[in-house]
Amino acid sequence: MSLALTTPPAPFRELTYWLHRYRRVWRATIVVSVANPLMFLAAMGAGLGKLVQNNATPILHSTPYLQFFAPGLLAAAAMQNGFIDSAGPVFKSAYGRGNYRSAANTPMKPTDIYLGHLMFMAFRAFLSAAAFVLVLAVCGTFPWQRCLLMLPAAVLIGMAFSAPVAAVAIRITQFSKISAILRFVIMPMYMFSGTFYSTSQLPRWLHAIISVTPLYHGVDLCRGIALDTETGPGFALDAGYLLVMAVGGYLYGRRIYTRHLHA
Amino acid sequence: MTALSLGPPTFVIPPKLGRARGAFYMLERNLYIYRHNWYLLLAEVFEPVLYLLSIGVGIGELVGHIPGLGAPDVTYAAFVAPALLTTAAMNGAMNETTFNMYGKLRLTGTYKAITSSPMAARHIALGEALWAVLRGTLITCGFLIVVTILGLAKSPGILLVIPGAALVGFAFASTGLVIVTYLRDFQDFQYIQLAMLPMFLFATTFYPLDVYPRWLQLVVECLPLYQSIQLVRQPALGQFGLGLLVPVLYLVVMGVVALRWAVARLGVTLEK
Repeated sequence: MSLALTTPPAPFRELTYWLHRYRRVWRATIVVSVANPLMFLAAMGAGLGKLVQNNATPILHSTPYLQFFAPGLLAAAAMQNGFIDSAGPVFKSAYGRGNYRSAANTPMKPTDIYLGHLMFMAFRAFLSAAAFVLVLAVCGTFPWQRCLLMLPAAVLIGMAFSAPVAAVAIRITQFSKISAILRFVIMPMYMFSGTFYSTSQLPRWLHAIISVTPLYHGVDLCRGIALDTETGPGFALDAGYLLVMAVGGYLYGRRIYTRHLHA
Repeated sequence: MTALSLGPPTFVIPPKLGRARGAFYMLERNLYIYRHNWYLLLAEVFEPVLYLLSIGVGIGELVGHIPGLGAPDVTYAAFVAPALLTTAAMNGAMNETTFNMYGKLRLTGTYKAITSSPMAARHIALGEALWAVLRGTLITCGFLIVVTILGLAKSPGILLVIPGAALVGFAFASTGLVIVTYLRDFQDFQYIQLAMLPMFLFATTFYPLDVYPRWLQLVVECLPLYQSIQLVRQPALGQFGLGLLVPVLYLVVMGVVALRWAVARLGVTLEK
């Protein structure tokens, strides 16, 4: 009998660590990542939708407000969850006596730690989006097939934020800076990227600024899939933008993690 | 062996501290601290402004005029602004007595240190409540300036929102004081959010009460934030009447009961 234990590849060991922790704390994550967007959906989509319907504006091209709002909210929530799942945990893991330090003292390379943690973030992004999409499908807001197609789009949005944010968060020394990024970068994007209303309503210059932000493309992608209005070039642009952000963030993060954890 | 002649030990019995005096010391301490990070208050003004610009203006175009609001010149943004202002006062006061107080109560031991002085739990509770009200009111004033600049102040009655917001701050600051003594860990803040977010979304912040079915209207009318919004929104839109007494009474009772409870709870918590 061989004594050599079959251990999984290094990144999967990091992933196992996070999954093991998650078994204990998953309840607390439900409030922020599942309940929060669903409450926004009910309050805005259903409540405000009534007022919008009564007004019968031509701006939304006769799409009911709930159908217009729901995919946008899915994208915005994916961004918010992607940020929350990377910034805080990475900061805590890298700073002081965090678990990154312990892992870096084993044969695991910093890039393994980074990739393993990213896999866990992708898993979280998948769970949060799946809960949201499931509600949409059960309520009959969109057909099943469209809901299923929105799922990978939401995970892509989550990773487009998680990968670069993790690279930024590992170098941060004060937690208040993370709150500042959330407040002054993420929240303005959440409010202005066409989630709640069409950005074409805004002044032209503001629309131009917004159309280069990543969430704008995330919203566009999800809404296009949900309402079946996505054209080939539009889809390529939206998905390509997010993919470049995720992959670029990952390549950048590999360098930053190595520099930071093997210093 | 030489005995040191120290004489009998002398005890200085501290003078008994009046309630107002003690509360003032606590307030003074916080003012000293906030000399250095007053800009945190600006950050709390920023969030409702963001909501106002985005939802008030953007959704306003989709919604148009809200039926049943009387004056036809009341825009959607003017309807939402007082509610966001109330929420700012609520959050400004309650963030102080939950988030910030939790640190001083459980992590840094600030209150433990204070209770070894002539100050007692009741001074701390009153002082912190006073500071939270002041903080909530300052945030409200900051937001009010933005609202006025945007031309959403429809009636001079909007100045009445300042005392209104102070009362809202008092009710929620006292409630926060009670809650903070029951929190076991940072994870428990999730449960506060679980109560506050639906209240923010459903307590007629973004649309009037009549979009709900009757039974749900009754539930919403019982929420403290609904009453607070009534207190602030009606004068802001130029509606005055005896109906305003209901939210005033509601919030006064809520604040006083919570404050008495908080004083007792804080005493027990600090003796442990």
